[in-house]
Amino acid sequence: MSIMLQHTPDAQGRFGPFGGRFVPETLIHALEELTEAYEAACKDPSFQAELEGLLRQYVGRPSPLYFAERLSRRCGGAQIWLKREDLNHTGAHKINNTLGQTLLTVRMGKRRVIAETGAGQHGVATATACARFGLECVVYMGEEDIRRQRPNVLNMQLLGAEVRPVRSGARTLRDAINEAMRDWMASCPTTHYCLGSVVGPHPFPKIVRDFQSVIGRETRTQCLEQFGRLPETIVACVGGGSNSAGMFYPFIEDQQVQLVGVEAGGRSNQPGDHAATLCFGRPGILHGAFSYVLQDEDGQTLPVHSVSAGLDYPGTGPEHSYWKEIGRVHYTAVKDQEALEAFQTLARYEGILPALESAHALAEAMRLAAARRTDEIIVVCLSGRGDKDAAEVARLLQIQIPS
Amino acid sequence: MSAIDQMFAQLRREGRKTLIPFLSAADPDLDFTTELLRRLPEAGIRLCEVGIPYSDPIADGPVIQDSYTRALERGITVREILEAIHRVVAETPVAPITMVSYAIVYRHGLQAYVQEAKQAGVAGLIVPDLPLEESSPLAEVCRQQDLSLIQLITPTTPKERAKRIAQQTTGFIYYVSVVGITGERTQLPPEVVDNVAWLREQTDLPICVGFGVSRPEHVRMLAPVADGVIVGSALVRRIVDSKDQPRSKTIENLLSFLRQLAEALEIK
Repeated sequence: MSIMLQHTPDAQGRFGPFGGRFVPETLIHALEELTEAYEAACKDPSFQAELEGLLRQYVGRPSPLYFAERLSRRCGGAQIWLKREDLNHTGAHKINNTLGQTLLTVRMGKRRVIAETGAGQHGVATATACARFGLECVVYMGEEDIRRQRPNVLNMQLLGAEVRPVRSGARTLRDAINEAMRDWMASCPTTHYCLGSVVGPHPFPKIVRDFQSVIGRETRTQCLEQFGRLPETIVACVGGGSNSAGMFYPFIEDQQVQLVGVEAGGRSNQPGDHAATLCFGRPGILHGAFSYVLQDEDGQTLPVHSVSAGLDYPGTGPEHSYWKEIGRVHYTAVKDQEALEAFQTLARYEGILPALESAHALAEAMRLAAARRTDEIIVVCLSGRGDKDAAEVARLLQIQIPS
Repeated sequence: MSAIDQMFAQLRREGRKTLIPFLSAADPDLDFTTELLRRLPEAGIRLCEVGIPYSDPIADGPVIQDSYTRALERGITVREILEAIHRVVAETPVAPITMVSYAIVYRHGLQAYVQEAKQAGVAGLIVPDLPLEESSPLAEVCRQQDLSLIQLITPTTPKERAKRIAQQTTGFIYYVSVVGITGERTQLPPEVVDNVAWLREQTDLPICVGFGVSRPEHVRMLAPVADGVIVGSALVRRIVDSKDQPRSKTIENLLSFLRQLAEALEIK
């Protein structure tokens, strides 16, 4: 694999043909300012040291690489190892990015932060980082997601953030991004938009990937330390694609490592029943970037469905589109039902409640493991914990509290 | 010279300015949109923006967003809108400009969209999510078809960049009066006049100002520096608010509102 790949994106924010900046002129200056601030921060050892210190002492990194022994035995094949991002402070990988972006916000002299959230994990992670640095925080969240991720809504409020319900469209992640962008259109001179995934206009896909790459870097080191070699396969879920981008990026040049991205297969392969953008979509424009998108023939964004609020999104990061196009990452989809089953299996066999998002990756890993030799290693990015999903899963499985 | 260039050349010879209404296509339906396009000359209108409904319009406030949502829920397509424009252009001197997301243009194909728009009688495009750096492929296709590609300059645009945008724009420059999304404002920021006056010195292109414009006093404030003033949400809201009254009355009311704004453009 060429060095060029490691240096993506180019100056225009392009990963091959994907990425770029398709946003109103009003936002261009703020994006330029962010690009410059980020470049300066990358060259500033004190910024890197501060972020590393926070990741170690505040987030609790490095997160363990854990052998799911009973789960592996049940699958009857390869060893399944879990990269435990669920053990991070706030319970997901999202904090890796929000601390980085909050430090940038402070560097840029801005005092207000806005964010969108689907599952609420990015909202909680943004609210947390803002509380830590004394910044004002507003989080946009679709009404449907507020309903199915209630614990995170309360957490955000307790952390001092204002949660603004979004009532447009399907009232999910895509609509929350639209509203956050509209806020930013009016507030960009004084406000930072802390985008939570590797989507949106340049430089967000690069910044978020870089901040999340700590996942893959640690995993690589841990594999070499614990196995003396790299794993055969790495599996991660893909909505916007931040945990997977952060996990995959440090392994991109290791051609022997198979990388598998798992999208939300929803109820069926029919339009509107899934959120598997890379599996069923095509290149187009959404939320400021040229990337795979689920659209109708007129370019209107299609409705999507997933049991998981964090994957319930009709677009995906431009770098994922690039990895798909060059064939470096294999993208597949897991259905709602399979994710729910994986959720329960991990709970029963390992005593870990995974986020429904991560349960998609887990379901695919279990499927792969069953067909592999016992000396093969599959690493799953367990991107978040499932407490936020407990009530929704119980509702779907019709589990009741005994009276 | 495109139709828009010719129109502004004539306005300049006459020493006049122009009011540019924005209509959401097919709100409440295409018959209403075409009827209004036919009648706009009664208010002295020569140029009209037609908004192509889009599912994710991040530059738009609730009034225009909702109008797009209503139209899309009824299943309106770009083809139907362009066909309706095609039917009406023969009957009206008003030159239509489509305000259209790049998501839509890209999906149709740049060549296909521009060609279909040109054949329908569209005079220019405004693509609000296509900034300068990404605009050259579409600009090239528009040049070939002699369709204007109107670009936007905003209060957050640095001056050097504004000059570069002005060099690449055709038709007119759309100056965005506010930092924010579309929607009526009670007041426009006072610095808009100086900003447009500065831009006036940088380019010979006509400059039209939009976003927030909704009252005669806004138009009066902009008239000395701008070649045109764009009014959108104020019209779209009036159309929604009058959904229970006869259409002929709604159209009369809209024309009278536009006349009121157009009068405010005449510098005495």
